[in-house]
Amino acid sequence: MEQRAKIAEYWGLDKPATERFFIWLRSILHGDFGTSLIYRRPVLDIIKEKFVTSLALMITAWLFSGILGFGIGCIMGTFNGKWPDRILKKICLTMCAIPTFWIGIVFLMFFSVKLGWFPMGMSVPKGVPSEQVTIWQRIHHLILPALTLSFLSFANVALHTREKLVDVMESEYVLFAKASGESRFSIWKRHGLRNVLLPAVTMQFGSFSELFGGSVLAENVFSYPGLGSAASAAGMGSDFPLLLGITLFSAVFVFTGNLLANIIYGIADPQIREGYEHGE
Amino acid sequence: MESKNAENTGKKAGILRINRRTGTIITFIIIAAVLVSIYLAGIFINEEMIRADFSQKGLKPSWEHPFGTDMLGRDMLLRTIKGMSTSIIVGTVASSVSAVIALFVGVVAATGSAGLDHFINWLIDLVMGIPHTVLLILIAFACGKGLKGVLIGVAVTHWTGLARLIRSEVLQIRSQQYIEVSRKLGYDSRWITVNHILPHMIPQFLIGLILMFPHAIMHESSLTFLGFGLSPEQPAVGIILSESMKYLSTGMWWLAFFPGLTLAVIVLLFDRLGENLKKLVDPYSAHE
Repeated sequence: MEQRAKIAEYWGLDKPATERFFIWLRSILHGDFGTSLIYRRPVLDIIKEKFVTSLALMITAWLFSGILGFGIGCIMGTFNGKWPDRILKKICLTMCAIPTFWIGIVFLMFFSVKLGWFPMGMSVPKGVPSEQVTIWQRIHHLILPALTLSFLSFANVALHTREKLVDVMESEYVLFAKASGESRFSIWKRHGLRNVLLPAVTMQFGSFSELFGGSVLAENVFSYPGLGSAASAAGMGSDFPLLLGITLFSAVFVFTGNLLANIIYGIADPQIREGYEHGE
Repeated sequence: MESKNAENTGKKAGILRINRRTGTIITFIIIAAVLVSIYLAGIFINEEMIRADFSQKGLKPSWEHPFGTDMLGRDMLLRTIKGMSTSIIVGTVASSVSAVIALFVGVVAATGSAGLDHFINWLIDLVMGIPHTVLLILIAFACGKGLKGVLIGVAVTHWTGLARLIRSEVLQIRSQQYIEVSRKLGYDSRWITVNHILPHMIPQFLIGLILMFPHAIMHESSLTFLGFGLSPEQPAVGIILSESMKYLSTGMWWLAFFPGLTLAVIVLLFDRLGENLKKLVDPYSAHE
């Protein structure tokens, strides 16, 4: 019994919950996120370390889904209503309904187990010291998780881009361009691209929230040692400081994404820039 | 000649005399029937039918066991249906609660004071600012893992989008003339909200509710997959999929493939259901 009381006192569990919360809040404001219960190290150190691993995964997936989504969206928009559009639209709508972790499992089954092209998980090969891991080995381990994660959001980008491009394609200046004999490709290049690139980029920056959420699932399926698997490990191991730390961090991450989207919009779109200057 | 033509087209239409609206209604009914029958099938499957049978373990999909059997010899098709049935219940309860929260918050934000409106907008931004999965883990963990945690978690994270939509709709309706007339006639704000504003919200509410289903089901299963949701002895697709992870390297692909596919199909069906309902009750979206 005495031992229990001592442990409770050590972790501050003898105080009421509200008081504990304010102690925690005060420490956060001082930049102290507490100590992780399962790793026995400061939370901030763990977040930093894990985030670097996760970042490689998230950036790859983010770029891949952005490029793929934009490309498919452009094809759908240019062939609005024709068969490439209809087929791709069906595929995109289906992709929206498929759970990320299941895609991950299917990829693992097909590419790793059946074909043996990729490793079964982790971010580095087993039994190799971290100094000897080559960049190629890291990339080799990264491809499948990144592919899984990018499947989460490319359909959204594609459908959004399609919508915008269809708007452009139905405008009168495009009708004029068609009448003066421009080809489909040159219409897309001259009139479409500029108009749809900006919303797509903004949307891609606004998708940080889904990206982070998806990485929790993708990292768990592939046992990839990033922030996402740390979050679920923290939850399973009742590691409250780490879980709260990661939650706060993810909020900052999403906020950064939205902020970047706003800034880029301002830089890239002269209309908005002028709007700011006139103080509207 | 003309009359003959008209007759011809009339005959053609006579074979399949379905206009777009009837077609939508029929699709709607078929999808709803499929979903309800999966739910009912799940109720009628009892523990006896999915008990372990070690003489049948790890069988490949066959006519007898269309989805194969797992390592305890349980039929995967029955387990999947039972799991989907649980998912549908969780989805229904969680998204109904969530939609009611959204309706309440949206109407309060639009009709209440400016301070309250600011607060609610801030709250929506806050909930949207944290990735869903992370927030769900946090809530499910704080409520104690299990069914309760999943229900609360899904219910309190999904209302934001619909609340925002309802808020803007209410604001739009409030600027209409008949509201102004009503006010001049001496009705108070509550009477106007109940009698003029809420009836207008019913279509949005229903559509929002059904379109919330797929998300709720998907988040329930991913939470269960991570180990925060339903407990391992309960039938759930998330449990089935996380179990299948153990047998991945043995090449037993059917353990994960069919249950996940069923989940995706159910999600798609709910999505279609919502889209069809939208076409029926919201005339503006019908001609897209």
